[in-house]
Amino acid sequence: MASQQELQVQQKREVEKKQENTVPSRAFLPVTDIFETDQALTVVLEMPGVVKENVDVGVESDILTIEARIDYSKYEGLQPVYTEYNIGHYARSFRISSKIDQSEISAELKDGVMTLVLPKAEKAKPRKIKVS
Amino acid sequence: MMTNFSDPFEALFAIQRALDARKASDWMGSRTTGIGSFPPINIFQQNDDFVAIVELPGVDKNDLEIAAKEHTIRISGQKTVKYDEGASIHRRERVWGVFDRTISVPIQIDPDAVKAEYCDGVLALFIPRAESDKPRTIKIQ
Repeated sequence: MASQQELQVQQKREVEKKQENTVPSRAFLPVTDIFETDQALTVVLEMPGVVKENVDVGVESDILTIEARIDYSKYEGLQPVYTEYNIGHYARSFRISSKIDQSEISAELKDGVMTLVLPKAEKAKPRKIKVS
Repeated sequence: MMTNFSDPFEALFAIQRALDARKASDWMGSRTTGIGSFPPINIFQQNDDFVAIVELPGVDKNDLEIAAKEHTIRISGQKTVKYDEGASIHRRERVWGVFDRTISVPIQIDPDAVKAEYCDGVLALFIPRAESDKPRTIKIQ
């Protein structure tokens, strides 16, 4: 049943920045799923129109930051006649805990969807304790 | 544990925008083309022809179907979202399901010449104006 539901449009949410931009530009929050298994935390972000060369992913003082730029040059020479959505860059950041092995974070981009796998540090993985 | 984030004001503005867009445009007309339904479409003019750009992140190319007739282009398919087995979900914002939408085009198009490209989660439809619909320059004898 779940796979047959009709899709609804999601409005893009704009990034609310603490600092103001010096260059006028628009950035949206990519729609994100986060799920956790015993081994890792997985963050999935939807960023249509982004190529992997234009993505920056970084971790600084426990903040995972994802920034992606879209290529406006593809829209050159196009006159809008009917529009339903806006386009812009993407930016989002998450605070991650020390349980994540920050050196092992991997990222993959396919069909405008980026999957970040954040493996848990060895000490944070669940252990079965034997009863003797 | 599932949370959907939404902003009520954003929804209101979206209605306003949709109404304005509908009034100002003859693109979707009064047909049952489903304004505001999924997926969102932007339409651009490029010289004589049109380009429709549709955001469909995470949709497999094989799950996408496009059909063109003389005045309409239909985009249908499904989007699936997979989670690892046994995963606990902390945040769920992505949506999945089936979609079916028809663009009604206010010009005569050449259905055989419509081209579709899907790349990085964006579908681009190149809609050429039919030869018979192109304006002709009439020479004065």
